[in-house]
Amino acid sequence: MKLLLTKFFTTIIFLVSSSAFACSISARVSIVGNEFPAIQTVGSGAKECKGAKVTANLTADHQKINVAGMSSQPAEYTSAIVANTSIVALLNNDLIRPLDDLVKKHGKGLKKNQLITIDGKIMAVAFMANAQHLVYRKDILKKLNIDIPKTYEDMLAAAKKIRASGLVKNPVGGAYKAGWNLAQEFNNMFIGYGGSHFKGNSAEPSVNSDAGIKALKMMKSLSEYMNPDFLTHDSNATNAEFRAGNVAIMNMWGSRAATLVDVDGVSMEVKNGMDIAGPMTVGGGKTPASTLFWDGWTVAKKISDEEAEATFIAMTNAIRPSILDNEDVRKQAVWLIEGYKPTDAARGVFAAAKMNTTPYPMLPYAGLMHSAIGKEIADFMQGKETAEKTLSDIEDAYKASAKEKGFL
Amino acid sequence: MKHKTFFWFILPTFLAMFFFITLPIISVVIQSLHTPHENILITVENCDPFGCKKVTSIDHAATKDLKNEKPLGRFVGLDIYLDRGHLAFDQVKDHWNKSKDLFSFFSLISDLPFYKAIFFTLTFTFTVTPIMLVLGLLIALGVNSINKQLKGLIIFFSLLPMIVTPLIGSIILFWMIDSRGIVGNFLQLMFEDPNLSLKASTFLTWITLIVYGVWHAIPFSFIVFYAGLQTLPKDQIESAQIDGANTFQQTIHIIIPHIMPLITFVTLMQLMDNFRVFEPIIGFNAEAHATSLSWIIFNDLGGETRQLSAAATSSILTIFGIIILLIPVLIKTWKEFDFKK
Repeated sequence: MKLLLTKFFTTIIFLVSSSAFACSISARVSIVGNEFPAIQTVGSGAKECKGAKVTANLTADHQKINVAGMSSQPAEYTSAIVANTSIVALLNNDLIRPLDDLVKKHGKGLKKNQLITIDGKIMAVAFMANAQHLVYRKDILKKLNIDIPKTYEDMLAAAKKIRASGLVKNPVGGAYKAGWNLAQEFNNMFIGYGGSHFKGNSAEPSVNSDAGIKALKMMKSLSEYMNPDFLTHDSNATNAEFRAGNVAIMNMWGSRAATLVDVDGVSMEVKNGMDIAGPMTVGGGKTPASTLFWDGWTVAKKISDEEAEATFIAMTNAIRPSILDNEDVRKQAVWLIEGYKPTDAARGVFAAAKMNTTPYPMLPYAGLMHSAIGKEIADFMQGKETAEKTLSDIEDAYKASAKEKGFL
Repeated sequence: MKHKTFFWFILPTFLAMFFFITLPIISVVIQSLHTPHENILITVENCDPFGCKKVTSIDHAATKDLKNEKPLGRFVGLDIYLDRGHLAFDQVKDHWNKSKDLFSFFSLISDLPFYKAIFFTLTFTFTVTPIMLVLGLLIALGVNSINKQLKGLIIFFSLLPMIVTPLIGSIILFWMIDSRGIVGNFLQLMFEDPNLSLKASTFLTWITLIVYGVWHAIPFSFIVFYAGLQTLPKDQIESAQIDGANTFQQTIHIIIPHIMPLITFVTLMQLMDNFRVFEPIIGFNAEAHATSLSWIIFNDLGGETRQLSAAATSSILTIFGIIILLIPVLIKTWKEFDFKK
């Protein structure tokens, strides 16, 4: 009995002392966002807040539901965790509110470069940076005396050597699944060759160019060293191939690289052999064939001011500097939070930033271009049509949807 | 039934149909004739962790009044129907003038998203439906002739493919046919080709989808035909046997005519179902090789771009497609009905 009482009181003391630091809110918070380790950390950080209900719907399908979930009055979601790609849909539909007042009131711990401003108004708070970069097996490269690839041409040469050695049959990996993934790989390569998706500041497409042709041809050459099912492999499937030891070199998201081999069932060979490096360049260009991303959170427009304030407090709590005290959390991403010191897993993304990688364009019509590329490019990858034809198809498909959406 | 009784009997159904089917379809038609207002674009300064730069953005304030006044958007008539994403009249005309023969014309227009989807959808519909009818009937005849004790068990197992959710069923098969999966590996051994991959070639993907479609649809035709076989006129069969007709002749001359109305019914249902093929394309990650009208609608609605007008237009075109497909079957039913009168 005595023991029980002591336990009871220590629990109470513990609860009281811990709640003294935790945040308290007075209105509901509902979050929608993508699903990977760093975002899960943010979601559970927001849930620490007491006083009202905090829910988080973290799913890879977040882009399909966030616009609909924030369009109603009042909005179902009070906050959407987005990247510089997905914030555009929310901006286009005017669904998120400026945060200037809330930042003044509750945002003391935020750094200036975390604040995403559009036309002078703070529209989102970024908490991490992301980019695709090289992930490779140092044991295999060492065995065959291959230097770490710095360009995609190096990567091709390395792939040829690895295949010839018989160590790995299809040494190159890549998220080449038809649709969003494949289009993103094209964007990387296209930018690497110095291409620009649109004519000047207009919504007129300009992918049908020399850079476009070169980008497609490079992707085709790489795909010859990939698993023949590459058009069905998204980043999850590509990572699974790497874990199984079926891939030796690949271009992969920084946010995935950190925890890539931290799962059960990965052989020691792959675990010890895995290493990362910065993004590669292509065609003698200086700009890496990659794009920079930030991930951050927004606050919905169509909710009450109380809910907006609660959301801001909870989300700020989720990205407070003290979360970095945890070693596992520190490793999960390249955090933009005050006091973050890059871990070993952050080398790739840091190299990307240092090499002046182009940020993904935050343009109202970039999403339409992305989905047009994703739809049309598979025909070329299968050898059904020429690069020129595919590029003109992309432009035609984009123009049709841009006309419909009122951009052209 | 008296007219009045019939009226009260049908009223709830009629009202439900009107509110939940007719009205939504009308709203979809209206949506397909409108598109969002033209966006006013402005250049603003945009700062993020990677620096500041001038970018294009939408000026919401400028179109706010217009949007409140006309929330449907601007009326564009049949523009969306004729654009490249749908019927693509301009492109088709252009291809027609350019191509020398029908074959090259078809290969040119099969590059346009709508026609590409139609080609796969029709191939799928017109292979799966007949195969499923024949196999379903054969299984029903087989099950009907086996031992009574075994029947229950066999029927249960035959129904399994229909019980499994289509999406789940196709994802399971997707992994099995992977080049490292059990079926994929077996095929590689059987054909002695280590590079054989069902997912990498369009032709093999189509075959996979069709086999899956048949596998999934057979239980439906089987169970309907099996029910029909329970009502066979025994005396006719017996007299045919006395006359010396073999099993095949009995099937052709007695059984099939007897269950003809059921065959028509199953055909009708399956034509509609197969024309709307969707889940296997998602489950098999087959977007690169095969698309269908339903997939186009899903793709337009999902993602960041949300092309509502394009999706509405594809929906209306799907409805037209189904109507055209069903006309022959409906005419046939109508004629049989008249004849019996």
